[in-house]
Amino acid sequence: MTKPESEWTWKELTVGNVILEPGNASQYRTGDWKTLKPILNKELCIHCGLCYIFCPDMAYNLNEEGYFIGDLFYCKGCGICAKECPTGAITMVLEEEEK
Amino acid sequence: MGKRIGMEVSIAAAEAVKQANVDVISAYPITPQTHIVEHLSELVANGELDAEFFCVESEHSALSVCLGAAATGARTFTCTSSQGLVLMSEITYIASGLRLPMLMIISNRTISAPLSIWNDHSDVMSIRDCGWIQFFVENGQEVYDHVFVSYRLAEDRNVLFPVIINMDGFILSHVIEPIELIEQEKINQFLPPYQPLYQLHPDHPVTMGAFALPSIFAEAKKAQEEALLSSIPKITETWKAFGDMTGRYYNPVEIYKAEDADTLLVTMGCFGETASVAVDKMREGGKSVGLVKIRLWRPFPFDDLKKATIDAKQLVVIDRAISVGACGPVAAEVKAALYGKDQRPSVYNFVAGISGRDVTSSDFIKMVDKAEREMEEGNKEGYEIYGVRG
Ligand code: SF4
Ligand code: SF4
Repeated sequence: MTKPESEWTWKELTVGNVILEPGNASQYRTGDWKTLKPILNKELCIHCGLCYIFCPDMAYNLNEEGYFIGDLFYCKGCGICAKECPTGAITMVLEEEEK
Repeated sequence: MGKRIGMEVSIAAAEAVKQANVDVISAYPITPQTHIVEHLSELVANGELDAEFFCVESEHSALSVCLGAAATGARTFTCTSSQGLVLMSEITYIASGLRLPMLMIISNRTISAPLSIWNDHSDVMSIRDCGWIQFFVENGQEVYDHVFVSYRLAEDRNVLFPVIINMDGFILSHVIEPIELIEQEKINQFLPPYQPLYQLHPDHPVTMGAFALPSIFAEAKKAQEEALLSSIPKITETWKAFGDMTGRYYNPVEIYKAEDADTLLVTMGCFGETASVAVDKMREGGKSVGLVKIRLWRPFPFDDLKKATIDAKQLVVIDRAISVGACGPVAAEVKAALYGKDQRPSVYNFVAGISGRDVTSSDFIKMVDKAEREMEEGNKEGYEIYGVRG
């Protein structure tokens, strides 16, 4: 998407609203749906990857240090990762508290 | 000129689909459309038509198969009636929203309850707003001809909409009529192979049927509606090209002895032929009566209808379906078309012939007489179900 969809006029849409750019859903910020966001306590993390496996938005990526970090551009704040983490390394906090 | 032979109208429809060289046929049997797909399945089985014939488990699947096949760039055909159409209805909206060209013939039949297999227009009226181009035809030749017109139109890059041909079940589908067949070379010229604008293909991935948020949904619908409305000139152009090839010309609204008439019958579908006989009889009796037949139901030809009817004193609109709790759906549209005019005919609405009850030429005469009497008594916008006992 070259511009946000709220700026498209009806004349600019493709016939049948076909999307010609494969995979452009990755440009869609689902991160702004959330109220809570996951915070990782690296000291408790055992690198098991359960957060990565369970995240329904596939928001987690492995960083160079071997930690799984939730990408807040996509994270919807469901809290599943925090629930599944076996060591309690993830805490869900209100986004605004972190400002 | 092509051969003129007597055949059942359903068979003529199937022969036209064969001549249109479709790639995919998918259908589920339901009376009274069955003869069409039965004949097509024979043609495929005998190797006379090189197409995939999908026997599916429901009409919902029948149209879904056509939709998927059309998305890959295939020329597709399906056919249904009554409850079958109602079961398909979900997919009808999607086919139009995705702008996928395809053809469906509806052999129009009543929707239950009470259960009935006979003819009226209640089936197609249930999907009136689904965004397909919708024709009504009057006789077998028109069914045959409109198969070619429909495919050429549907696949036109400036149109890209699915098309419905409505033909009255039994009254038309099961009668034997003389049909003038068109030579295959002419069809091939008139209807070149389908070249899709977008298609599902692994080499060029695209997404069809994506989600739309409220921030863009209205724009998507506006684009669809503008495209459907602006298909009217393309429809008339296609009819013109077809007429130049065959000598048979068609119009969104057909008129018969209508120009100077005080009272106009307005019909849709094969009521038209019987009504024209009634008009002849009334004209012989010195009455100033004419006939207006709506061929293009969607997009509704407001301008043509206005032009054809505005100078009359009274319209007698005959609907073959009821919008329960309102009136006949055609009458509602006709009234809407005329509303903006200061000088306009009054509109008397009869619902007649539902569930296949015969409507003869003398019934049309009785309806005109009744409407004229009512008008003289000051009842200018009447509505009733014709011939109901009690
Ligand atoms: S809160 Fe939910 S969406 Fe966000 S990273 Fe955790 S599992 Fe994924
Ligand atoms: S689930 Fe917990 S312990 Fe396992 S990798 Fe994720 S944060 Fe670390």
